[in-house]
Amino acid sequence: MISFTLNGKPVNVDDDPSTPLLWVLRDSLGLTGTKFGCGMALCGACTVHLDGKAIRSCVAPLARVAGKRVTTIEGLSPNLSHPLQRAWIEVDVPQCGYCQSGQIMSAAVLLAQNAKPTDKDIDEAMSGNICRCGTYTRIRKAIHRAAEIAAEKRPS
Amino acid sequence: MSATMRARAQQLGRRDFLKTSAAVSGGLWISAWVPELASAAAKTAAAAGKVFAPNAFVRIAADESVTVIANHSEMGQGIYTSLPMLLNEELEADWSKITVEPAPVDAAYNHTVFGLQMTGGSTTTPSEWERFRRMGAMARVMLVEAAGQKWGVAAASCRVEKGVVIHAESGKKATYGSFADAASQLKPPANVPLKDPKQFTLIGKPVRRLDTPSKVNGTAQFGLDVRLPGMVYAVVARPPVFGGKVVSVDAAETLRIPGVRAVEQVPSGVTVVAEKFWAAKVGRDKLKITWDDGENAALSTTKMREEFSKLSATPGAIARKAGDPASALAGAAKTITAEYDVPYLAHAMMEPLNCVVDLRPDSCEIWTGTQFETVDRLNAAKVAGLPPEKVQIHTTLLGGGFGRRANPASDFVVEAMHVAKVAKAPVKVVWTREDDLAGGWYRPMWHDRFAAGLDADGNPIAWTHTIVGQSITQGTPFEAYTIKDGVDSTSVEGAADILYGIPNLQVDLHSPKIGVPVQWWRSVGHSHTGFSVEGFFDEVAYAGGKDPYELRRKLLANQPRMLAVLELAAEKAGWGKPVPKGRGRGIATHFSFDSYVAQVVEASVEKDGTVRVYRVVCAVDCGRAINPDVVKAQMEGGIIFGLTAALKTEITLEQGRVQQTNFHDYPMLRMFESPDIEVHIVPSEANPTGVGEPGVPPVASALANAIFAATGKRVRRLPIQTSELARGSEAKS
Repeated sequence: MISFTLNGKPVNVDDDPSTPLLWVLRDSLGLTGTKFGCGMALCGACTVHLDGKAIRSCVAPLARVAGKRVTTIEGLSPNLSHPLQRAWIEVDVPQCGYCQSGQIMSAAVLLAQNAKPTDKDIDEAMSGNICRCGTYTRIRKAIHRAAEIAAEKRPS
Repeated sequence: MSATMRARAQQLGRRDFLKTSAAVSGGLWISAWVPELASAAAKTAAAAGKVFAPNAFVRIAADESVTVIANHSEMGQGIYTSLPMLLNEELEADWSKITVEPAPVDAAYNHTVFGLQMTGGSTTTPSEWERFRRMGAMARVMLVEAAGQKWGVAAASCRVEKGVVIHAESGKKATYGSFADAASQLKPPANVPLKDPKQFTLIGKPVRRLDTPSKVNGTAQFGLDVRLPGMVYAVVARPPVFGGKVVSVDAAETLRIPGVRAVEQVPSGVTVVAEKFWAAKVGRDKLKITWDDGENAALSTTKMREEFSKLSATPGAIARKAGDPASALAGAAKTITAEYDVPYLAHAMMEPLNCVVDLRPDSCEIWTGTQFETVDRLNAAKVAGLPPEKVQIHTTLLGGGFGRRANPASDFVVEAMHVAKVAKAPVKVVWTREDDLAGGWYRPMWHDRFAAGLDADGNPIAWTHTIVGQSITQGTPFEAYTIKDGVDSTSVEGAADILYGIPNLQVDLHSPKIGVPVQWWRSVGHSHTGFSVEGFFDEVAYAGGKDPYELRRKLLANQPRMLAVLELAAEKAGWGKPVPKGRGRGIATHFSFDSYVAQVVEASVEKDGTVRVYRVVCAVDCGRAINPDVVKAQMEGGIIFGLTAALKTEITLEQGRVQQTNFHDYPMLRMFESPDIEVHIVPSEANPTGVGEPGVPPVASALANAIFAATGKRVRRLPIQTSELARGSEAKS
C-alpha cells in the first residue's frame, strides 16, 4: 500500500510500486485527464505536478510519489478559473485536445516560477510537450495571456 | 466523390432524415428507426421533461436545453462547433444552451455525398452545410407554429430571437422549451426556405469552440478514457514483419505476472489480457514468440527507393495527357529533369489507437474514436457473427485522426473484436506508441520523376510527371470509385489536375504492390504532389530565368481564385522585398479538397545544415468560412503537420522491420521550432469547401523553395537531409 496526496486529498493504492504513476492515476484511481502518449517521457501528455514540479508520470514509478503531493489537471482548479484555463478558452487553443492537459500542467509550473515569461522562456519550458495538431502558436499566445490574467488578479 | 455515389447518397439521405415526429415521451416514432437515439432522447426526457425531436439532428427539451446530434467525429477540426453553428443559424436558439452529442450509427447519419457515416476528406462542412441548416429551420418552423396555435395568431406574424418566440402585436413571448410538447404534436413541414446568406448572424463569425472547456480540465472523454464496470485491458504482440505469423508462444513468464488473466492467439498476433493496462504491457514484454516472417522479410526502403527510381523511367498508366508532350520536349529550347522522393509516414496521433468492446451473445457495444462508423460496424458485425444493427458504436472524441481512424479494414476495431472473444469480459485494447509507429497503414512512399521543356523565352511548354507509389484504395471497397484505367485518382491528385496553363502535359502512374499496409494520411495524394509539383515548378521558373511568383501568376491567369490567394499571400509576405541576411523566401500554391491555398515561407540554413523556419504566411479560399477562427486554426495546424513531414519524420524498413519506435526517432516539430504563422482568408460567398487538409500540401515545397532561395541548394527529398545542406556539402542544383 502506497499513500500520497492527490489533488489535496489523501489516497492509498495497492498497485505494484514499480507501476508508472500515469497508470495508477488512470486505471486505479479513475483520473483520466492525464494522458498516455509515448510511455518514454518524450511527449509530455502525461505531465503532472509532484510537490509543485512538473514530472512525466509515464516514467515515474508509484514508489517515487509515496508521501508526496501530486496535482493533476483535475486538481488545477475546481471551476475553470485558473488563469491558464481561462486563457486557453479565450485563445481557443485546443484542437483534438488530447495533449492539452500536459501542456497546461507544464505551463502552470512555468508561470508559478516566472510570472512574466518571454517567448524564449516559454519555448524552453514547453519544449517537452508535443502537439500533433500544431497548436503551438496559440499555446504561446495563451501563456502570455494567462500571465496577464494572473497579474490582473494579484493585488498591486 | 463520384456522381454515382453522390446521387445514391442523396436519395438515401432525403428519405431517412425527413421523418415525422412526436414527443419522445409521448410517441415511439424515433425508436422505429434510430433505436440508440431513442434511448438517449428518453434519458434526456427523464431529466429535462418533454423533448421535441423534429429530426435526427436536434432535440429541444422543456428545460430549454438544445442537443445537436453530430454525425461526424470531432478530431480537432472543430466540427462539434461548426455543425451546431450551421443548425442554429436557422434554429436561432440561445447558443449558450447548446450541447453536442455524438450520433449513433444509422443510415440517417450518412455523409450526404459518400453514403457512409464517416468523417474524412475535409468534407464534413460541404456535406452538412445545407442539411444542418434545414434541420434547424424545420425545428424553428414547428416551434413557431406551436406558438401561433397556442396564442391563436398566425405563425407568420411571430418572430424568434435567442430561443424565444415573440408575437410583437400582442406582446406575447415564450421560450422554445415551453413549446417542446406542443411542437412534438405537429407534422414537420415539407419544405422550409432557408435564410438569404446576407442575413446570417452566426455563420461567418468567429465563434469559440464548444469543446474547449472540457479539454482544459481533463473531463473530455477520448476512447482511451472509457471505463466500464468489470472491464479488463489488453495489448497485442503483433508480428515484427508485416504479414508475419505466430509459430509458437511461450507465455510462462507472462502468466506469472499478477493481474495477467490470459494469453491467447488472435489473427493479428498474441494478446495479453490483464486486470490493468500495466500488467498487460509488462506481460507482453515477457512473451517469447517465434514468428514466421513470411514474404516481406526482405523489405528495404533503401532498395525500394532505387527500384522506384528505375520504374519511374518507364511509362506508366496515363492519368492525364494534353497536347504532345514528347514532341514539345524534343523541340524545346531548354529541358530540365528532376526526381523527388518522400517516405512512408505514420499518422502518429497523440492518442494512440484503442478500442473498447463489450461483446455479448446477442449484441455488441463498441466505444472508440473512429472516423468510419459504417465500415467499422459492418466489419465488427462480421467478427461477432451478429447482424450489423446489433452492433452499436459509441463514437468518442478522437485524440487526432489524420485519416488513421478511417481504416477500410477497421484494423483496430476488428482486432479488438477478436480480443473480446477471448477476453470474456468488456475489454479495452490499447496500442502503445511503439505499436502505433510499427503498425503500418502509412502514407505511401512516393517517387516522382519530372521533365520540363522551356521555350526560348523561358516559358514552360512541356511537362511530364511519372509517379511511383502504392495505391491506397486497391483491394478496398473504395477502388470502384477511385481506380479507373489503372490509375488510382488518390495517387495522382494534385498532379494530374494542376492548374497551371502548360500546353503539353502528361502525368502517368506506376502502382507497385508492396506488403506494407498503406492508407490515407492528412491530405492524401496531395501530401506528396504538393511537395514535388510545386518544387519542380520552382525549378522550372529558375531554369527559365523567371521569378517563381511571377511565373505562377502568369500561368494561373485563367484560375482567378488561385490567382487571388497567390497574390494575397505574396503581398502579405512582402514578396520581392528584401529578407534579412541569410534567409530565403519560397512560395507555393496548391488546390486540394476544392480549396485554394498559397503559402510563403521564410527560412534559413545554419552551417551544420539545420533549417530554421521563421514565418509562414498562408492565404486560403475555402468558399464561405463558417467559423473563421477554426479555419485559421486548421491552416496553422496543417502547416505544422506539413513542416513536421518536411523536416522530421520518415518510416523506414530494413529486413522487413520498421526502424522507428517512438518520438525520439520519429520526432515531431516542437514549440521552439515553430514559426510565426499568419493566415489570411479570402472573403467568399461560394459554398464552403475543405479546411482540415488543404493547409498541409504546399508548405514543404514553399520551405524547399525558400531553402533554394537562401542557399542555392535544391531539396528534392523529404524529410530534408540536413547533411546535404551543411555548408561545404556540394550544391545539388
